[in-house]
Amino acid sequence: MARLLKFNIFRYNPQDPDSRPHMQEFVLEEAENMTLFIALNMLREEQDPSLQFDFCCRAGICGSCAMVVNGRPGLACQTKTADMDTDITLLPLPVYKLIGDLSVDTGVWFREMYQKTESWIHTKKVFDPGQLEERMDNAVAEDIYELERCIECGCCVSACGTARLRDDFMGAAALNRVARFVVDPRDERTDRDYFEIIGNDEGIFGCMGLLACEDVCPKGLPLQNQLGFLRRKMGITALKNIFRRN
Amino acid sequence: MQTFYSDLLVIGAGLAGERIAVEAAETGAAVTVLSIVPARRSHSSAAQGGMQAALGNCAMGKDDCPDVHFQDTVKGSDWGCDQEVARLFADTAPIEMRRLAHWGVPWNRVVPGKSFFYKGGEKFEKYEEPEKEGLITARSFGGTAKWRTCYTSDGTGHAVMCTMDNRCAELGIDVRDRSEAIALIHDGETCYGAIVRCLRTGELQAYIARATAICTGGFGRIYKATTNAVICDGGGHIIAMDTGQVPLGNPEAIQFHPTGIVPTDILVTEGCRGDGGTLLDKNEERFMHIYEPDKAELASRDVVSRWMTHHMRQGKGVESPYGQHLWLDIRHLGDQHISTKLREVDEICHHFLGIDPRTQLIPVRPTQHYTMAGIRTDRDGAAYGLKGLFSAGEAACWDMHGFNRLGGNSLAETVVAGGIVGRKVAEFLQGHDVSFRTSLVSDAVAAQEDRIKALASCRNGSESVYKVRSAMQDALMDGCFVFRTGEGLQQAVDTLKEVYERAGRVGLRSNGRGANPELAAALKIRGQVRLAQCIASAALARTESRGSHTREDHPERNDRDWLNRTLAYWKEGADVPELRYEPATYVFEIPPGDRGYGGGKIIKADEPK
Ligand SMILES: Cc1cc2nc3c(=O)[nH]c(=O)nc-3n(C[C@H](O)[C@H](O)[C@H](O)COP(=O)(O)OP(=O)(O)OC[C@H]3O[C@@H](n4cnc5c(N)ncnc54)[C@H](O)[C@@H]3O)c2cc1C
Ligand code: SF4
Ligand code: SF4
Ligand code: FES
Repeated sequence: MARLLKFNIFRYNPQDPDSRPHMQEFVLEEAENMTLFIALNMLREEQDPSLQFDFCCRAGICGSCAMVVNGRPGLACQTKTADMDTDITLLPLPVYKLIGDLSVDTGVWFREMYQKTESWIHTKKVFDPGQLEERMDNAVAEDIYELERCIECGCCVSACGTARLRDDFMGAAALNRVARFVVDPRDERTDRDYFEIIGNDEGIFGCMGLLACEDVCPKGLPLQNQLGFLRRKMGITALKNIFRRN
Repeated sequence: MQTFYSDLLVIGAGLAGERIAVEAAETGAAVTVLSIVPARRSHSSAAQGGMQAALGNCAMGKDDCPDVHFQDTVKGSDWGCDQEVARLFADTAPIEMRRLAHWGVPWNRVVPGKSFFYKGGEKFEKYEEPEKEGLITARSFGGTAKWRTCYTSDGTGHAVMCTMDNRCAELGIDVRDRSEAIALIHDGETCYGAIVRCLRTGELQAYIARATAICTGGFGRIYKATTNAVICDGGGHIIAMDTGQVPLGNPEAIQFHPTGIVPTDILVTEGCRGDGGTLLDKNEERFMHIYEPDKAELASRDVVSRWMTHHMRQGKGVESPYGQHLWLDIRHLGDQHISTKLREVDEICHHFLGIDPRTQLIPVRPTQHYTMAGIRTDRDGAAYGLKGLFSAGEAACWDMHGFNRLGGNSLAETVVAGGIVGRKVAEFLQGHDVSFRTSLVSDAVAAQEDRIKALASCRNGSESVYKVRSAMQDALMDGCFVFRTGEGLQQAVDTLKEVYERAGRVGLRSNGRGANPELAAALKIRGQVRLAQCIASAALARTESRGSHTREDHPERNDRDWLNRTLAYWKEGADVPELRYEPATYVFEIPPGDRGYGGGKIIKADEPK
């Protein structure tokens, strides 16, 4: 017979005055190739239709379904139950605002991040539809893409000690976003411009370098390298700023 | 209740919706965009393969131009498309790709010199010219004469979506996620916005706008086996059809993709075959070249899906607990290629199948993938039937895809159509003022509140929404999949009538408070069954085979009787749609002819009865 899985799931609906935060237990028979996506949907359809959680692509590419699975932030859709013990504990990601049960508000957090980091190409050039595209080295294009692969799942921020302590800390996802524009030759911002955005405790100098972020990133982004890269760059810019002021 | 006003309300923040928003906002319009999920999670970001535009920069795309792209698109559509629209699209696509480069998309670029590529498992050499170095390059996709699919590694949709959403942030466009439109506000002639359910609190809100654009993507989720995200559930089509005024164009035109993985139906990109992957049967032998000597694995999707199904019916499929499937082989492409250009495929194989595609075969079978069906619009993106209502992207039937959409043409469509329709909306806004009775809004809200109360109190019954949904999905899988017959379709029509009645008796089992997911499902179930019924009824009526619509009892393409487009209306109180027809195209740049792949007999337009 298939294994019986025991799920311990955090339950709380802030919109319902009768609801109180608690852990609820569900039992489900395991099926072949079962993922947490399949399991949670079965629980909702067969046992408790009010259960809240987020999935979209169910294929590990959109970043909707991050949650804390047995103590570790990760994507539920690409977590196979076969790789786990029969006792499975699911909690919503910390740091983000809770919407209900396992569902949190990453959307608002990331939108604020775009505004803070001014997450777009800054250029004075105007697009001319009559011209050929500006050339770019393929290797540079691939480097940019490497940093743009972030799916904004929020795992890195949830795992980050600094982000949990101070809610103004930008987190690895934001710093990685800045690095993406730093390497893009189309962006005309200077190091001093970037320093204005991240050269403080909310940005690169708040990071303690413990690298929980890179450990949990489901896309395997090179967060450690980026943090080091920016810290050096911003350190140098800070020194230059001191000399300039004097 | 909160009420919000804007010039333009865009429902859907995928590539099409955000592209319209950007275009309109650049003219100074106040734009609000709604989405169920944060914009970047829209299904556009799942597209891995790429988008087509005839730039002609790479060696294998030499001498490509919009004319060739146009021809491929019309052939691909099996002459079901509007040729004026296909022309507009092919001509504009190169400009839009360059614009995206300007906004920040890291397109892969031409690397000069010698390199290798695979086709049908064989290795070939090509030479990229030095003077093209650094221009946007392209890869091969099914059904095209040239390599013209622009891409960024294995994440084109993701990269373009990021750039577009960045552009929205830059322009300060108000993009609101977790907001689901559940009804349009209209008076039967003009659309004034939408009633929206906040998916944070469950509250209803009214969004009033001078123009409204529906860009909610496809509705694959009404099928059981689909590559689509869970939010591709037809919400936008439902609210448009609910008005009784707006028709669904070509509902029978549903695309099945050859390579969904078994069992989860997650897509592995056509890029696999474009880059030289092959399809194998249970004896690990290639078979596509037997049926399509010329194009083999690279014939268009409808053709490959049919031959795969045919081959499995011949007993050549691999047996599995989930039914028969075939194999996709990319082992010969090698580690370097798989870990860069096909990394997403590598990850999918690892996470969802537990296999390594460098040494193991990938189990695949045809799966629902794309809806050529959509809200019927004119060339400007204006919906038939309601003034002030527009649509673009996969949600719309614009109609450049006819009965089969070519890979890489839909992502390109989102930005091309988005740009064109955005400009038309801006023009429309210039000359369009609205005045309306406030009771129109309060009545619309009251009607939705009443629906919610009825569901929560089980006033009409206590059918489970999930069971009804499942019955609908089964009916479509049985009757309206890759191969169709008159008998099977009649069965589907009858079953769906019963399912529709059950959908009217759905009641909630939970209390429905807050962002309750059961309520979200229940609010759209009747509309979903209507969409399903439109597919079945229109497919039953269309006694020919064209593109992805394959009738085994009518294997010929019949230009004499069916060179037209279906328009399905749902009138109040009806239990089946009303079907009308219009010519597929008013302008013929190329007359109907043979596609060059797929075989099949054609009954010519002038052939006597
Ligand atoms: C797995 C996969 C791979 C693909 N790969 C390719 C490819 O390589 N090349 C190619 O050309 N095409 C590809 N396609 C097709 C292409 O991705 C889609 O056709 C295209 O992205 C659709 O874009 P869109 O903007 O129309 O809609 P979407 O990107 O689907 O966006 C829909 C938006 O509408 C919102 N929405 C939905 N309902 C409501 C509602 N009721 N209220 C408010 N908001 C709502 C959603 O939240 C979302 O923001 C692929 C499709 C799939 C499924
Ligand atoms: S390395 Fe920095 S950003 Fe990453 S988890 Fe640690 S403190 Fe947070
Ligand atoms: S950097 Fe990685 S963990 Fe952080 S949001 Fe992006 S994909 Fe998720
Ligand atoms: S649902 Fe998209 S990443 Fe899990």
